[in-house]
Amino acid sequence: MCAVCGCGTAVIAEVPPVERPTAAVGAPAPDHNHSHVHPEDHHHGDADGIIDFGKGLAGVHVPGVSQERMISVERDILSKNDAFARANRTRLRNAGIFALNLVSSPGSGKTSLLVRTINDLKERWPIAVIEGDQQTSRDADRIRSTGAPAVQINTGKGCHLDAHMVGHALDQLSLGADGLLFIENVGNLVCPAAFDLGEAHKVVVLSVTEGEDKPLKYPDMFAASDLMLLNKADLLPYLDFDVNACVAAALRVNPRIQFITVSARTGEGLAAFYSWIEKRASVMADRLDWPA
Amino acid sequence: MHEMSLVESIVELVEDEGRKQDFLRVRMIRLAVGALGHAEPEALRFCFDAITKGTIVDGARLEIERVPGEGWCSGCRRIVPLEERFAVCPACGNYQVQMTAGDELRVTEMEVE
Repeated sequence: MCAVCGCGTAVIAEVPPVERPTAAVGAPAPDHNHSHVHPEDHHHGDADGIIDFGKGLAGVHVPGVSQERMISVERDILSKNDAFARANRTRLRNAGIFALNLVSSPGSGKTSLLVRTINDLKERWPIAVIEGDQQTSRDADRIRSTGAPAVQINTGKGCHLDAHMVGHALDQLSLGADGLLFIENVGNLVCPAAFDLGEAHKVVVLSVTEGEDKPLKYPDMFAASDLMLLNKADLLPYLDFDVNACVAAALRVNPRIQFITVSARTGEGLAAFYSWIEKRASVMADRLDWPA
Repeated sequence: MHEMSLVESIVELVEDEGRKQDFLRVRMIRLAVGALGHAEPEALRFCFDAITKGTIVDGARLEIERVPGEGWCSGCRRIVPLEERFAVCPACGNYQVQMTAGDELRVTEMEVE
């Protein structure tokens, strides 16, 4: 049995065709070095390269009765996710892969931003993408059209990606050392905030067609993110959106958050985003050189 | 509705404890849920019956203890109550308060057999 996720032994779906002939994502996490094959009640993959987590919880036997007693537990409900996240983070860092978790409400332009970013940066970095959506592989298809490998995770009834799903997706991905991994979370400004995936940073994308008070209405996500991208800036002349008010709201819930105004359509501001990536990735690489 | 997967995590955690502490059934399960956290007690209750059906937790009573928000105010140099995650200090009104309680999401106690 897999010591990290306890998911037994089984096979996972075929990897979709990828352009870069590279090895699997770094060294697998400790005790997680196996092809995932699951029993029928714990199945994540199909032949289309879609990992489907909408199948619900496994049935468990309800055995007989014994003595009643009270026990003290004191365990964090998210501790299991956090253990998977730590394993993912170790695995990514050991492989020198810089991972960003992109979070936003639906329709903020995450996928368009990614397509543009990949096209601009693919000569500079090996890039791969993990796509999270309730259904369909439309976003992964859009990403693959850039030539970058993408794994689609379908969450079914789930409203967010968790670290276990991402670990399985990493098993499928091919990405060379010193690469970039973008994890596009399910479009949802609430739930993904609670789930660490093992990324280096959460990046929240807010489009200027949304309200500038979103950081105050959905503070958890802005508190959990290190960078805010204000997307669709090309529309600013036609809107009443107050960039300064939005930034002030974000800084109120997270005094450390950085922000860049961008447009995936015109390319405005993206150079600043790319230098942010460059800088943060090199900080991560420097830390790897530190003695343990 | 991430409460669904939170309840799934609770079931996994309890099954894990069941193996360690040798119990087969849970009669009551008590959670500590922070008032400033990201989980809604009502949504947790809503998911609980559906998700726990057929598991070791099936039929268990769910008790949720709300943990009020608190934070350290560097201006007042004391712990102050916190209504909102990023609110200013209710006493001095000036400083950003560092949250110290209210973010909990734990299983604290179970009655098992």
